[in-house]
Amino acid sequence: MKTLDNKRQLFKLAAVAGLFALVGCSDSDQDKAKEPAFQINQNPFPSTYKPMASKSVLITNATVLDGIGGVFNDSSVLLQDGKIVGIGNDLTLPDDGVTVDAKGKWVTPGIIDVHSHLGVYPAPGGTAHSDGNEATKPVTAQVWAEHSIWPQDAGFQRALAGGVTVMQILPGSANLVGGRGVTVKNLPSATVQDMKFPDAPYGMKMACGENPKRVYGKKGGPSTRMGNVAGYRQAWSDAQNYQRKWDKYYADHEAGKDVSVPKRDLKLETLALALKGEILVHMHCYRADDMGTMLDVMKEFNYKISAFHHAVESYKIADQLAESGVCSAMWADWWGFKLEAYDGIQENVPMVHAAKACAIVHSDSDLGIQRLNQEAAKAWANGRRAGIDISQADAWQWLSANPAKSLGIFEQTGSLEKGKNADVVIWSADPFSTYAQAEHVYLDGALIFDRNDPASWPVSDFELGQPGEGDSK
Amino acid sequence: MNRLIKYSLLSSMLLTQVVDAKSIAIVGAKVHTMSSQGTVENATVLIKDGKIQRVMQGDAALAGYEVIDAKGKVVTPGLIGASTSLGLVDVGFSAGTNDSNSSLTSISKTGAAFDVSYAINPDSSLMAIARIEGVTSAATSMGRTGQLFNGQGALISLADSSNPVIQARGFISTRVGNSGADTVGGSRSVLWVSLEKALAEAKFAIGKSLTPSDEWHGELSRADIAALIPLVKGEIPLLVDARRAADIRQVIALKQRQPKLNIVITYATEGWRVAKELADNNISVILDPEANLPYGFDQLGSTLKNAGRLADAGIQVSIGMETHNIRLARQHAGNAVANGLRWEQGLAALTINVARLYGIDDQFGSLEAGKTADVVIWSGDPLEVTEAAELVLIAGESIDMQSRQSKLRDRYLQLQSAKPMQYIRP
Repeated sequence: MKTLDNKRQLFKLAAVAGLFALVGCSDSDQDKAKEPAFQINQNPFPSTYKPMASKSVLITNATVLDGIGGVFNDSSVLLQDGKIVGIGNDLTLPDDGVTVDAKGKWVTPGIIDVHSHLGVYPAPGGTAHSDGNEATKPVTAQVWAEHSIWPQDAGFQRALAGGVTVMQILPGSANLVGGRGVTVKNLPSATVQDMKFPDAPYGMKMACGENPKRVYGKKGGPSTRMGNVAGYRQAWSDAQNYQRKWDKYYADHEAGKDVSVPKRDLKLETLALALKGEILVHMHCYRADDMGTMLDVMKEFNYKISAFHHAVESYKIADQLAESGVCSAMWADWWGFKLEAYDGIQENVPMVHAAKACAIVHSDSDLGIQRLNQEAAKAWANGRRAGIDISQADAWQWLSANPAKSLGIFEQTGSLEKGKNADVVIWSADPFSTYAQAEHVYLDGALIFDRNDPASWPVSDFELGQPGEGDSK
Repeated sequence: MNRLIKYSLLSSMLLTQVVDAKSIAIVGAKVHTMSSQGTVENATVLIKDGKIQRVMQGDAALAGYEVIDAKGKVVTPGLIGASTSLGLVDVGFSAGTNDSNSSLTSISKTGAAFDVSYAINPDSSLMAIARIEGVTSAATSMGRTGQLFNGQGALISLADSSNPVIQARGFISTRVGNSGADTVGGSRSVLWVSLEKALAEAKFAIGKSLTPSDEWHGELSRADIAALIPLVKGEIPLLVDARRAADIRQVIALKQRQPKLNIVITYATEGWRVAKELADNNISVILDPEANLPYGFDQLGSTLKNAGRLADAGIQVSIGMETHNIRLARQHAGNAVANGLRWEQGLAALTINVARLYGIDDQFGSLEAGKTADVVIWSGDPLEVTEAAELVLIAGESIDMQSRQSKLRDRYLQLQSAKPMQYIRP
């Protein structure tokens, strides 16, 4: 299967370069083979994101958390051409650059929220804006969250004031397979394409447990957890079958046979890409036993779950999660709002971390996303009280590096390493304090939020001309 | 009359609870009394028979006292959950009975009569989970009745006690914003007429006999009338969920028409826009200081600055609208402080202000001689997310600092075990 994929890839490149005729002729004399194989456009809604203009910035005298476990006291960070140049005290700012004295302040990578519904469940709410769950069939892999995102959701600006630079926006959890998630940069924009993180892989939302069976219990099923699992397995099996059709099509075409293009099925196409690892699976799953089942489904169909979301019982199987390389995206302390959340504990995040599994602090909330640093701080402090000694520098991985890894964008962002995107927050104080606030937020080196300059704050179209326009929110 | 009965019931309950209570001295802490005594450094707090005996600076003669060394710690009154459904719900939905919600029934046409004091379960796991984090008492009430009023709420203690009710029928709640209108007739035009009519009938019925043999031609049921009479007399507060400025102004106008009403506004999202009027009319608020999004057209002006601006205008602000996570009220208050509320007001919003608005400040909400000894010893500033309650006393008894959650944690802290985890009993 891998070989076939590679051949297909080669063919695609050749076609793009306009060399298909040569390739085709060398293959055979048959006329049919001169027609290139049908290629699916995998990026029909390309990112049009453009960074805001920026000058070089030298942030000085700060306590710097590099996001991968390092802490640098009284240090500088240089941002240039939208990238991190480095951390240290021997950095040279170009003549036209700006120095920001951050004495007494802290600098961290921008926060990345792996689980947001901003724009798909925006404020104001109501049925007119309820665009997060395509709750018409239990498997709707064909829908894409980006087609529901309303960029005028004021939640984006609020999240920005909380130091969030990047987020994955997911469909809701009504469905077994809810559709594609999208990773966006938190730059206020008119269209979602202007926010899309260039070249970030897509996510695909799946959901365990109570939600799908509650939503579909009286709509033809599934109505039980066992019904849920049958649903995932059938979907994966259908996707395998679908992929075989396309593989056969490309193989036959390459062999010069007279073949017709298979009918596209948008649902199975997304699922098939997830099986290949080109789309990353993000699965809402609370209970340890539900996660345990899904780890086996993952093996059965040879795909990868990037992260279990909510994962309130990850602490019960943290060793297994470490072994299987699946991240847990968690709240600090939410629990009890439904039965599968009844065993939530405040040490979940540090216990997962201590088991050397990948721990992420996520929001799933338009309020929580505004203070994810406090969520991490609570988890960190509760862990310490339970005897799990994690440094603040290590704990920051929960907010930037680990979410970036689970989204497949760690090469570009998620830490303050040289060459990475300059997604940076200057905090007024130790960000593990309730009282700390994001003062400066930089995205690709551009200052996109400055708490001390109210006139510069973005205001969504919805809030323009309304009570409280431009107020400190 | 009602008040007298309430207090005599209260004191007899406390006496039976503390027969075996020790005398306790908490020494060396920074104590925020929330009384006129203010903050006392290196203080000694003396507790006897379940009550605060005295708070003083420096050492005292401690013979006969069990001494708790709290040097370097911070001591506050127990936190009071301002707006919860504690004791009424274990799991919100799809998990069986939830006493915080109800369906329509003929006993009440408005929801006013429903009485949660019958429904409080002190063994609910939420109780210990909240109390080990410093929440020692709470106002609890229904969250949804589908009717005009959300029933009669109660004030409860979170002690591990067979008798959690401090005061039954302590307040009645209603809503006049979008959610209220959606519940009652789909419009404020219907909602307000219904509310005015209910209050007018209750007023009319004061002093009248309403036995089954008496004639009654009002719209409300007799049970509703009985519930609303203390409310229209101003003996218990009416909690009104009002969010946009226009709705809040309607509530203020109601108060001006009926000055006897003891009105508290909940949410008060755009309260900052009418802060002076609220202060002039002596209306206090319970709010969620983290709600800062325009979720509907009745909360467009929402801002994190609301709590601070209201307090600056002289309004008594209370914080703590949660149930499962009422323990996070102190984080909410901390965020209000980060956004302009004075720190002292942040702590008052969790303690004395809540006690005042429910009229239980003679017993709760501050560390003063004679008050119930609900006391928390914190590792540091309680409004900091990284600090925690280290020891909690309720009515002078130090509680077991364990909950179902701490036991789950302790069971799974070490995942390696020779036996399946269900054999591990922390």
